[in-house]
Amino acid sequence: MSKALLEIKNLQTWFNTNAGRANVVDNVSFTIHKGETFALLGESGCGKSMTALSIMQLLPRQAAKNMRGEVLLRGQDLLGLPETAMRKVRGNQVAMIFQEPMTSLNPVMTVGDQIGEVLLKHKGLSGTAANRRIIELLEAVGIPAPAQRVKEYPHQLSGGMKQRIMIAIALAGEPDLLIADEPTTALDVTIQAQVLDLLRKLQKETGMAVLMITHDLAVVSEMVDSVAVMYAGEIVETAERDEFFNNPQHPYSKKLFEALPGMDKREEELSIIPGTVPTLAQTFQQCRFADRCDSAWDVCHQQVPQWIELPNQHGVRCHLYDTQVQQHPVAPVQVEKVSAGSSKTSEALLSVSDLKVHFPIHKGLLKRTAGYVYAVDGVSLEVTKGQTLALVGESGCGKTTLGKGILQLIRPTNGSVKFNELELTSLSQAELRSRRKDFQIIFQDPFSSMNTRMMVGDIIEEGMIAQGIGKTEQDRKERVAQLLKQVGLRPEHRNRYPHEFSGGQRQRVCVARSLAVNPKLIVCDEPTSALDVSVQAQILNLLKDLQKQYQLAYLFITHNISVVAYLADDVAVMYLGRIVERGSVKDILEGAKHPYTRALLSAVPSIDKDSRQQILRLEGDPPSPINPPQGCHFHPRCPEAHDICRHSYPRNSRISDSHEVSCHLYTT
Amino acid sequence: MKLLKRHPFLMLSPVLVVLSWGVGIAYSGAKPVFLWTDILVYLLILSISLFAISSLDKEHLRDPWRQVVRHKMGMASLVVLFFYICIGLLDAVHFQLPQHNDKPTNTHEKIYEAEVLSVLDILLTPIRVHYEKTYSAPFATHLFTKETVEKADGTQMREFPRLKYGGEHLKNPDTDKFGDIATKSFIGLLLGLLIWSVITFIIGFAYSRHKQMGFLQSIKTILHNQYDVPWRVILLTLLVMCLLTGFAIVLAPYYHILGTDKVGEDVFFESLKSIHTGLVIGTLSTLIMLPFAILLGITAGYFKGWVDDVIQYIYTTLNSIPGVLLIAASVLMIQVYMANNPEMFANDAARADARLFFLCVILGITSWTGLCRLLRGEALKLSEVDYVQAAQAFGVSNFKILWRHIQPNVMHIVLIMVVLDFSGLVLAEAVLSYVGVGVDPTMNSWGNMINSARLEMAREPIVWWSLFAAFIFMFALVLAANLFSDAVRDAFDPRLRKQ
Repeated sequence: MSKALLEIKNLQTWFNTNAGRANVVDNVSFTIHKGETFALLGESGCGKSMTALSIMQLLPRQAAKNMRGEVLLRGQDLLGLPETAMRKVRGNQVAMIFQEPMTSLNPVMTVGDQIGEVLLKHKGLSGTAANRRIIELLEAVGIPAPAQRVKEYPHQLSGGMKQRIMIAIALAGEPDLLIADEPTTALDVTIQAQVLDLLRKLQKETGMAVLMITHDLAVVSEMVDSVAVMYAGEIVETAERDEFFNNPQHPYSKKLFEALPGMDKREEELSIIPGTVPTLAQTFQQCRFADRCDSAWDVCHQQVPQWIELPNQHGVRCHLYDTQVQQHPVAPVQVEKVSAGSSKTSEALLSVSDLKVHFPIHKGLLKRTAGYVYAVDGVSLEVTKGQTLALVGESGCGKTTLGKGILQLIRPTNGSVKFNELELTSLSQAELRSRRKDFQIIFQDPFSSMNTRMMVGDIIEEGMIAQGIGKTEQDRKERVAQLLKQVGLRPEHRNRYPHEFSGGQRQRVCVARSLAVNPKLIVCDEPTSALDVSVQAQILNLLKDLQKQYQLAYLFITHNISVVAYLADDVAVMYLGRIVERGSVKDILEGAKHPYTRALLSAVPSIDKDSRQQILRLEGDPPSPINPPQGCHFHPRCPEAHDICRHSYPRNSRISDSHEVSCHLYTT
Repeated sequence: MKLLKRHPFLMLSPVLVVLSWGVGIAYSGAKPVFLWTDILVYLLILSISLFAISSLDKEHLRDPWRQVVRHKMGMASLVVLFFYICIGLLDAVHFQLPQHNDKPTNTHEKIYEAEVLSVLDILLTPIRVHYEKTYSAPFATHLFTKETVEKADGTQMREFPRLKYGGEHLKNPDTDKFGDIATKSFIGLLLGLLIWSVITFIIGFAYSRHKQMGFLQSIKTILHNQYDVPWRVILLTLLVMCLLTGFAIVLAPYYHILGTDKVGEDVFFESLKSIHTGLVIGTLSTLIMLPFAILLGITAGYFKGWVDDVIQYIYTTLNSIPGVLLIAASVLMIQVYMANNPEMFANDAARADARLFFLCVILGITSWTGLCRLLRGEALKLSEVDYVQAAQAFGVSNFKILWRHIQPNVMHIVLIMVVLDFSGLVLAEAVLSYVGVGVDPTMNSWGNMINSARLEMAREPIVWWSLFAAFIFMFALVLAANLFSDAVRDAFDPRLRKQ
């Protein structure tokens, strides 16, 4: 390691809120060396992004001047710089890429112009020299046919491409430090793998340092050299990567690891972190994590922990390692193993065959149908009573449409959906309405799935009234109270509005709302992807409990493989409106056959590097469902494509009783 | 009822109306007259009060209002609006006075005057009846035009004759006038200050009771702006308004403070009477259009398909007809109809009022398209939102979804539009009356004032006060309404709301 590039000493950033001063970044110190990748890890709201924005001095206006400490870039204190000097630093020495590539680019400027802007400002390049450089940059970030792309607008590019353009813009100033704020969170795993590879490659070539802000332990494990864990505005632990992953010290870091779902934890409850992050508008007299910590004892509630240096350049802020205080740690509660009471029944609750949902595209003055979006194009699957079928695939492959098509929220174009031997597609709206209590849905975003203008009690009651459950108001009230208790909330919560709850609590309310009508099947549409790891664990535990209790069947739509490994009994992999492989969770995760499934699995970043199989990187983006490729839909991206793949779509081949795949490699 | 105890100010306007009625009837057994617009105004007040009471326990409605209350500019303009509303409400309570007959009548039936008066008319009695011959300038003691006057000695002279009422109490107007006005202004300003002090005292007292602290201390905290509500700004605005009121109360009975118009009517009186017209047009027009706009807008957006096509077709067609043309045609038709059926209206006031009412209806019908289009877009977006889909997954009926999920979530747009439209409609009235298709010519309105001032502008020396008065009164109202609507928008628009 050469000398320090960025040194942050006791950085403090605060907001003046109604409740008082809130230190969103509190005494944060860390050092980034030249060419190093440094990760700030933490859950949402812990101050990671605020730290980055403080370095760039791009804080929201109400906090713009509320900074103290030192931010030394090559020994120069950035906090003292006036705005004009700071502008020269931004983009030139420190560049930043953001989470959401869709909104970070200006939609009315061509890609080339947006890169050219930076080149003109920081490098003084214009005209043909600039054009050459733009094309070079686009090549460097792996954009195919860069000469044509220069003249394109952001909306003509896919999400992954946009993030590449963002990186190209950041690179244009040839920065020494790149701040990447959750650069891959909004992207699919296959695209995430591409972008992470790209970042690694660029770093090797240019020797810049990267400050990676993320909540994803697996990304940290794949990418970085050192880690700092943030909690409630403070850094609670720093270490080098291997040290951190082999030997996390702070109880919070340990909990983060334990809360990760996975195959090995199928038989047990996930470890959760109870409670919520404390409000920052207070002066802390105790450890910020004390109220949620399993090992906390009285000292933790009375003293602010000091920063403790451990061997191997490991630092931690916890009383457990402080030799100055009396040690009385409480033994952490052991996670109890739950017996896998999965009584295998083969009774199909839901059986879908050859389901098609096509959306017509209207064009022209008379709105003639010019084509179709083949969102779901002939899907067959079965969900067994009391079991979970996970539906996996990249975004845009039609998972959500399939879920809604099954529930008849979108009327399918063709095919059959049999629920308990009853054909749903032929029912009229009115007939369907009375049967809706049997199948329910839980949405991804707990913020938009509840009407903010209704109280929680009314939200839960709505379905019961519509389905005629509970004769009297008193009955319904009792049931609401019971449901709230069941999902881990309090009956008093019925009189609150959704905005008073955290994301995890809202998702619990959504679960309670679905349960209110005694469903037999719940379609879970990425119910945990908007949540933090520790909260995700709570919801997964809850879903698993309820399944056991009520023999619920789940159709679990997700792109998170570790959730699949933890929860699912069967898995179906979807690509461009069709299911390419399905089987039991073991079949898929341990013996995937289809090249797409294998690529998908290998793209998932994993914590333990050793267990990594051969790396299979997919090139390009998924094709559009408006005109799917001829033959096998996957052949343009498939590393093992033959001639036949270009001409005909493969039939289903049986690998075993439970395992089926649609690929020419396995047709006999 | 608990809410009412906590928020007595909610009942202010209904109390004002009821009080006015009580006063009116107690005033020598007058007969109440209910004009169409009056009834609608009462309904409006009632529904606003009910809405306010029902929204008190709903956090999503209370929170933005709390923000409005904390908005300095918004509260200052609200104080100004409050004065306008009070005057407008006093002018919305009509009755007929009994005839004072010296001869004993045989029948027990009372005979009433033909003229319909409002409480405001009674309150303004001195200036209402102070008719001069023709134009006179503000604070003048003499007429604006020369007349041939016969002197005591029989000679005829052309001179500016003394006014009948303006400065009538002065013996020697040329020398006494300035001093008299100065003293009276001083008294007036003192009166204003007194009124203001009383109000401040009441507020301070209420606060000291509420917060359990000393009276002086509470006054101090109020003046130092230490509450969430920007009391200092409110009290400052109130002080300005009180000083103006005190000034007018003392001087108006003695002088025509804004001059007189062509027929000698006091311009200040006309301007005050015009407030009612302006407010009625601004509020009732939107009230009439709301049901159309909301119902059609959200059904179009929610159901999509042919329902959407039909509704879009209707409002695009309506929108493409020039508004003024439609309004002119309808007003002229109604005018002819009313001229042919005079027996439908009991008196002149009822006729003028009916015309005002129809103008509101027409303005409402021609102006719902903008809001409807906005609501359609919003409903289109909401119909795809997860919670609406969740309700569909529960088998909740479409109309229930419209009512429970879509409607409450578009109301902020409705509110913002209503407040924004208000000032536009007040201005529209002025323009329409100027063109001659507005309110009845006998009805006091700013548009009519401007219309009649049109020719006077060409005179030399110029008669400026009619136009000036209309301008000032309208300007203050529209400015206050616009500033207030800004505050409302800041609070309710989710995109502008601070996190």
